[in-house]
Amino acid sequence: MSASGADRSSLFGRLRDGLQRTRRQLGERLANVLGRRGDLDASALERLEEALLEADVGPTTAGRLVARARGRMDQDPALDLEAALEAAATELLASHRADLSPRGAKPWVAVVLGVNGCGKTTLVGKLAADCARHGLSTMLVAADTFRAAAAEQLMVWAERAGATVVRAREGGDPAAVVHDGLEASRARGLDVVWIDTAGRLHTKRNLMSELEKIVRVCGRSVPGAPHHTLLVLDATVGQNSLAQARTFAELVPITSIAINKLDGTARGGAVLAIADELGLPISVVGLGEGIDDWAAFDPEAFARGLF
Amino acid sequence: MFEALTGRLDGIFRKLTGQARLTPESIQEGLREVRRALLEADVQVAVAKDFITRVEARAVGQEVLRSLTPGQQVIGLVRDELIRLLGDRPVTLAGSPHLPTVVLLAGLQGSGKTTFAGKLAHWLKNAGKRTLLASADVYRPAAIEQLERLGAQAEVGFFRADEGTQPAEIVRRAVDEARRRGFDFLVLDTAGRLHIDEPLMAELAELKAAARAHQVLLVVDGMTGQEAVRIGRAFAERTGIDGLVLTKMDGDARGGAALSLRQVTGKPILFLGVGEKLDALEAFDPERVAGRILGMGDVLGLVERARATVDREAVERMAERARRADWTLEDFLEQLRQMKKMGPLEDLAKMLPGVPRQALSEIGPQAGRLKRFEAILLSMTPFERRHPRRIDGSRRRRIAAGSGTTVPEVNQLLKDFEQARTLMKRLKHGPRGLKGLRGLMR
Ligand SMILES: Nc1nc2c(ncn2[C@@H]2O[C@H](COP(=O)(O)OP(=O)(O)O)[C@@H](O)[C@H]2O)c(=O)[nH]1
Ligand SMILES: [Mg+2]
Repeated sequence: MSASGADRSSLFGRLRDGLQRTRRQLGERLANVLGRRGDLDASALERLEEALLEADVGPTTAGRLVARARGRMDQDPALDLEAALEAAATELLASHRADLSPRGAKPWVAVVLGVNGCGKTTLVGKLAADCARHGLSTMLVAADTFRAAAAEQLMVWAERAGATVVRAREGGDPAAVVHDGLEASRARGLDVVWIDTAGRLHTKRNLMSELEKIVRVCGRSVPGAPHHTLLVLDATVGQNSLAQARTFAELVPITSIAINKLDGTARGGAVLAIADELGLPISVVGLGEGIDDWAAFDPEAFARGLF
Repeated sequence: MFEALTGRLDGIFRKLTGQARLTPESIQEGLREVRRALLEADVQVAVAKDFITRVEARAVGQEVLRSLTPGQQVIGLVRDELIRLLGDRPVTLAGSPHLPTVVLLAGLQGSGKTTFAGKLAHWLKNAGKRTLLASADVYRPAAIEQLERLGAQAEVGFFRADEGTQPAEIVRRAVDEARRRGFDFLVLDTAGRLHIDEPLMAELAELKAAARAHQVLLVVDGMTGQEAVRIGRAFAERTGIDGLVLTKMDGDARGGAALSLRQVTGKPILFLGVGEKLDALEAFDPERVAGRILGMGDVLGLVERARATVDREAVERMAERARRADWTLEDFLEQLRQMKKMGPLEDLAKMLPGVPRQALSEIGPQAGRLKRFEAILLSMTPFERRHPRRIDGSRRRRIAAGSGTTVPEVNQLLKDFEQARTLMKRLKHGPRGLKGLRGLMR
């Protein structure tokens, strides 16, 4: 019954091993928070830690950032903690930046996914408008056949963007719409296809496998598709964003992340944890409900916004 | 999480066992862990800070019972305080004496207002109330259609104004319509708006006045992070709200926003949205959400069950003997019996949210093993249980046959036991073997 797992066959040994795995994981994270206090001004540290927490960075990543900032300060004594923290955050984000412009395939196919209400449809509208503006023939596929009037919403956006739409009746099979859409886009020789999927909480197993199916169908109709899977996150959401990203990424390969609703006061700090722990890059940010209210992700500006 | 929390707290407080009071320092140390749990659940930083200060004040001066787990008591305090802050008892949506009762929904974009409007109408219908739905969201594409469809699904009334009607006018006409047709409730959906969007916040105030709303409900995404406080405060100050609704609580968000919102607005949380379908609505229950925020799962039920079934004196006796290292198979058997009284091992383990899924899957077979352990122990004579080293080959064969097990299994049990005993002798700080049991009890 050794706690170290020397005897894996004993009942308590095994149970305890399991429990201790969690405990160790959590313990490690705990140890990281605040790291060593050293000679730093404790109240300044607390203030900055709180700033990070208030930006939804979360206790784990906040602790890690502080530790990294310390490392920087050790190397460059002139640096103050805040500047070091900002630099650490910028560095983390800058190494996790992605480009979301269609290139290298025709049609270029992107699947847009995320939880309910995070702003998928709106973002699809905005991005499609940008494609159309650049002279690319663009199609939107309404793969949200579940939410009431979701297709109607997308149709309005298609009209604003100057794109065509393929839709099914409400309650139809989303994978079938995707198939139809892609076949049509090939027949018409279109440049870009954006697939707007239904919102789903990452904890819903059946909805998640539906998503897997959608992605599979893409590849069957257009070799190499989807060329981009865009996970949309809501900046207003807190620590759950990490769980969302982790679960979605387990199921389908995520190419990049979009952070929506940064026009409010939310700072979306949870993506730092996502970049740090999952290594997922960020491509664009949503900044409002208008067709032009978005921008390519700017690590420096984002990091500055955290404090 | 709870496992980590209690584990840590227990470690911290264990040295204090036997003392009448926890020291402020030890409590502080433990409460830092609680603070972390709160932050991970998205409780607002300042709210978490306040909360900890209050619990600390209550914890000092609390007596440590004879229990070996002062940490658990602090958790109990934390939980009580959480429940108190979340509003103690469920509150229901109040109807107005003058019909129709007008309910106005407000909130950020994508928070789930429209879906909730449909669910509320469905809920009211089940309560025998006639409800009219109307939408003042003229901004989001197809928002009005969405509500209309939900109304049809719920089989309640829907009011549609002519294209191009301004929001305040839509609301006024909907009220007239509801009154004229004798509806009990009018549920008004509005456009999502950011709390810092001045024109739209002004519009909301106008809508409230135009509708003479009896109840303004703020609908907030249950996954909301630190923003919750700013949102709650802004809507409460600018518009005035009467109650709160948290949506998307069917996911794995811990819902710390609930605490922050309740705190800053002082308004009750009425409903939780727990799914996309019309009937996925629950009346808010402070106790359940309190457990959830701390990541406690049903651990409190487990603690209660342990309290009710486990013979404390027996556990203390065992602890004492283990400390003196004269732990025998008799004690082992006693341990198994105490555990069994609490119910199937798998059920117990499922109540522990901190247990990794992997460990859970290992429990099934282990539970079977436990039964066999017991059978083996019961096939021994009391003499054998007190003197395990005297169990020779022929006794082992007899025990195996008597318990319907095999000699290797008997050997394994004796080996496990011997290892545990050696370990205990080496440990100055007490009974690890027993901690296995205690671990399961929390
Ligand atoms: N303020 C703000 N609102 C947004 C943004 N993106 C989307 N929305 C709004 O959020 C709500 C939900 O958006 P929608 O695109 O329907 O989300 P979906 O359910 O993920 O497709 C709508 O009211 C949108 O207008 C954004 O960047 N900022
Ligand atoms: Mg949508």
